Amino acid sequence: MSSNADQIADFLERYCHTLDDGLFEDWSAYFEEDASYLVTTRQNVEANMPIGIVLCEGRGMMDDRIKALRIANIFENHTHRHVVGRPLIEPKPDGQCAVRSSFVIYRTMHTGQTEVFATGRYDDVLKPGPQGWRIAQRRVVLDSRMVDTLMVYPL
Amino acid sequence: METTPCDLRWPAGGATRVPYRVFSDPAIYQMEQEKIFRGPIWHYLCLTVEVKNPGDIRTTWIGDTPIIVTRDENGELHGMVNRCAHKGALVCLKERDNKKSLTCVYHAWNYKLDGQLRGVAFQKGVKGKGGMPEDFDVSKHRLQPIRVSVVAGIVFGTFSDEAPPLEEFLGDRITAFLKRNMDHPLKILGTHSQMIHNNWKLYAENVRDSYHATLLHTFYTTFKVNRLDMDGGIILSEKKWHHISYSKRATLDAAAEYTSAEVHSAKYSSELDGPQLLQAWDGFDDQITHSIQTIFPTLVSQLTLNSLAVRFVVPRGVDKTELYWIFLGYETDTPEQEKMRVMQANLTGAAGLVALEDGCINSFVQRGTRGSDDKASFIEMGGKLAESNESSRATEAAVRGFWHGYQTIMGFHE
Repeated sequence: MSSNADQIADFLERYCHTLDDGLFEDWSAYFEEDASYLVTTRQNVEANMPIGIVLCEGRGMMDDRIKALRIANIFENHTHRHVVGRPLIEPKPDGQCAVRSSFVIYRTMHTGQTEVFATGRYDDVLKPGPQGWRIAQRRVVLDSRMVDTLMVYPL
Repeated sequence: METTPCDLRWPAGGATRVPYRVFSDPAIYQMEQEKIFRGPIWHYLCLTVEVKNPGDIRTTWIGDTPIIVTRDENGELHGMVNRCAHKGALVCLKERDNKKSLTCVYHAWNYKLDGQLRGVAFQKGVKGKGGMPEDFDVSKHRLQPIRVSVVAGIVFGTFSDEAPPLEEFLGDRITAFLKRNMDHPLKILGTHSQMIHNNWKLYAENVRDSYHATLLHTFYTTFKVNRLDMDGGIILSEKKWHHISYSKRATLDAAAEYTSAEVHSAKYSSELDGPQLLQAWDGFDDQITHSIQTIFPTLVSQLTLNSLAVRFVVPRGVDKTELYWIFLGYETDTPEQEKMRVMQANLTGAAGLVALEDGCINSFVQRGTRGSDDKASFIEMGGKLAESNESSRATEAAVRGFWHGYQTIMGFHE
């Protein structure tokens, strides 16, 4: 039986591989039904601004994002590669854990060009359940206020 | 020998033809800096809410030139070039700040908030040695001032003494609509920027292009969002440089709307799994639910349902442009209204569900036109003129309006 820390680290790695493998339809399953997912910038967080770049409240909105990118949105083919740091885990009295981890996302365009697309941190609240850990809240805080065109895949 | 920009002859057809060379020629880019960005045009600088208090400082750009906006101790706004009068270094390094005076870090030249030099370090030398010459006079040095003027909470600036008064530059209808959306106690709800890989004019063109809206952006149709607001039109300013594109709720429903100002998410019934995205309320009684407004050359104001934002672009070279998004609400919003603005911000921005295609489409044009300096685009949807059309948005009238303005200010002739 692995420790909570190992389980959480594995869970966060699996999330990244799911996205990097392009299995976007499986993305929302990492979240609780009413979870929130926010992509914002360090600048907005520091200024206490509620609007970032993406906000989903509930898995329905996450699934809509995926349907949109599959059938509505137009963009050039590319893939992401996440590299995440060791998560810092703070258990809470109710059994949930506040988890913070750093990430780098490289983007490879169909042209073959690979570059750093985003760096930042995940501020998560994870909840244990019968199927293992699930994300109750994920705030993706980008270091830069500038996004290179364009952001369509979940981070 | 390099060609000079003045040798560009505009193809016959006026604003219905745009030579692709204007998107990639560095000499034309330089000429735009002079004729447009340092010319008799008002440029977006910032919002008054960002420089609310004495000592507030906001840095920005007009074209390539770095700019400082300040509010002095008497509450007066000032604009100046962010370039020290000594050696030319940037004086203000932060995007936002609050200071009693401005000091260049290089040699500590110190300026009042209006840009006037107050003093320089070691003016009398050190221990009687060195120092400025006897005839050095601080009052003869300052940061280069620019004119500033405010409409609807927006601070504009110009290098030119010849720019007409701001409201005259904007025209009556443009000013009135800007005030409709922006003349309220504004509150910034979030900002970010997006690097787009195209010449700045392709964005200016794209945002005036109502022809592409439902063809390129298929989010609403894909999710069968039932929009009752498909009536709309295009209004061009008197000089055709600026425009408003709007869509209206069908008049049929107006009566019911007047009787209750309730949330109308039901009007946007759809196949969305997360329909809370489109919860909205009627902020105005003119039935306009979506609008986008441009101010020549680089400012955009949007009200998409209740998602109020200003966007502006800063050219970062001939084929790179930074697009800034500033999402807004009103201080008077209820928490529920603010929440709806927050949710609707998903529709636009760097990851906007309805509009993210605009981030890449302009680069497709940038790349598609490479090597075709002698070819031109064909812009005749809705006719050959740049005229308002208040019954249809299937027109490129506002795009022609932009190019009409561009040709005029740049002095390009057929």
